[in-house]
Amino acid sequence: MVSNLTDTNIISVSGLTKKFKDFVAVDNISFTVKKGEIFAFLGPNGAGKSTTIQMLTTLLAPTKGKVMINGNDPTKNKDAVRKSFGIVFQDPSLDSDLTALENMQYHAVLYKVSKEIREKRIGELLRFVELWDRKNDMVKTFSGGMKRRLEVARGLLHHPAIMFLDEPTLGLDPQTRNHIWSYLQDISEKQKMTVFFTTHYMAEAEKVADRIAIIDHGKIVAMGSLAELEDKTKTNSLEEAFIAITGNTIREEQVNGTGRMRAMQRLWGRR
Amino acid sequence: MSTIYILWLRQVKKYFRTPSRIIGSLGQPLLFLLVFGFGFGSIYKQAGQGDYIQFLAPGIIMMSVLFTAVFSGIDLIWDRQFGFLKETMVAPVPRWQIMLGKTLGGATVASFQGVIVFILSLIVGFKVHDLFMLPVAALFVFLVALLFTSLGIAIASRLEDMQGFQLIMNFLVMPIFFLSGSLFPLQGLPKALEVVTRLDPLTYGIDGVRESLIGVGTFGIPIDLLLVVVITVVLLGIGSYLFERIQA
Repeated sequence: MVSNLTDTNIISVSGLTKKFKDFVAVDNISFTVKKGEIFAFLGPNGAGKSTTIQMLTTLLAPTKGKVMINGNDPTKNKDAVRKSFGIVFQDPSLDSDLTALENMQYHAVLYKVSKEIREKRIGELLRFVELWDRKNDMVKTFSGGMKRRLEVARGLLHHPAIMFLDEPTLGLDPQTRNHIWSYLQDISEKQKMTVFFTTHYMAEAEKVADRIAIIDHGKIVAMGSLAELEDKTKTNSLEEAFIAITGNTIREEQVNGTGRMRAMQRLWGRR
Repeated sequence: MSTIYILWLRQVKKYFRTPSRIIGSLGQPLLFLLVFGFGFGSIYKQAGQGDYIQFLAPGIIMMSVLFTAVFSGIDLIWDRQFGFLKETMVAPVPRWQIMLGKTLGGATVASFQGVIVFILSLIVGFKVHDLFMLPVAALFVFLVALLFTSLGIAIASRLEDMQGFQLIMNFLVMPIFFLSGSLFPLQGLPKALEVVTRLDPLTYGIDGVRESLIGVGTFGIPIDLLLVVVITVVLLGIGSYLFERIQA
């Protein structure tokens, strides 16, 4: 019975802590995510969401605690973990002096997607995110939404078991937001791909996540499905539940300067 | 292998896609070649040293190799600031392959820049003494390009942003250029200057290229080659060591 449980948990985290000198960014958090689940990490900026993602994706070493990603420890088997996930970072990570196609090809080579299936797969994905017509255009000519879609397509290229998305829709218009989620939900359902995303948009977590963890000041203060969270707090929406749990709402004022800059950057492009 | 190739390809593609940058970066070597070449030419001749353009051209070729190489290494800072480095760092590939691909790409670009300046200097009146020595000169150019791209990457691995850029330019790259015997002969220098020139790795690169192109040198090709190879290997090592430690 125990082995059965661990089999289905594609992400398991226990007692995870990250300290930067005196500041505790992530404070002893534990959770598990099942295969095929869409899991939201909801919290205000500075709550420790990005730090957690960095630790799960081999980019940052935890101060304490244990992480298993698809059966591997990110501090020990870095490459095995890296092969098993795709990621969309909070800030854009495309080469804007290359074309959409070239960005995809670069990724395919780094992830050893074999030559025979490479072009076909890239073609499928670019059509999927509706960028096929623009495949030979430089990424610097793309809008914020197009860049995001390309990053999602790129993250999916090597058939990851888990897709990590750090504030994937920050600064995007509702239509693009819906688009991106419809791609991800579609693939998650068809291929049992796990999606782990962070957000500070209530509506987003409410709409797409199977389960939600509410994180505040580095701690997970509540976790469960939308219905469970509402039940527990005897409320009718995630927003009310959030207020009941944390004592305040995610106000836009809590979005700090960096967050605003990021949003601007995505709207207007860089340089 | 494929990782190294794709990183190399990216670097080379981006270079050839911005002809304005290529042309722009030819301005300075051309200016040096013409102004110094013809400006000091008559004094040089009066001193009984012969044609200054002959002496100067290899130095200017290597100047453009030096600058292009250091900057294509430092390019890494842009990748970091614009987030692209993360995409590479989170991929399941060894970091030394990333570093090597990027270094080879930068070195290819810098060597190409050297070739353009070489052609320009031929137009200005530079003459090669022995065509069969051209491959040797090319080898020196590529090694020096590799050496300084590694240096650029090593520096960029320790820099957070472009703030320190001016510092590196004024206190590292310019001195390396001026103290390398690119503009003046290495014989008969004051003792202190002589010591400093011999500590500059570019000195041996230029000496090697000069001897292969015009048949006159100071240390001899074997010594030049040995020193350049050793320093290149050491800097490649330091570069990959520091690159390994980058926190994307």
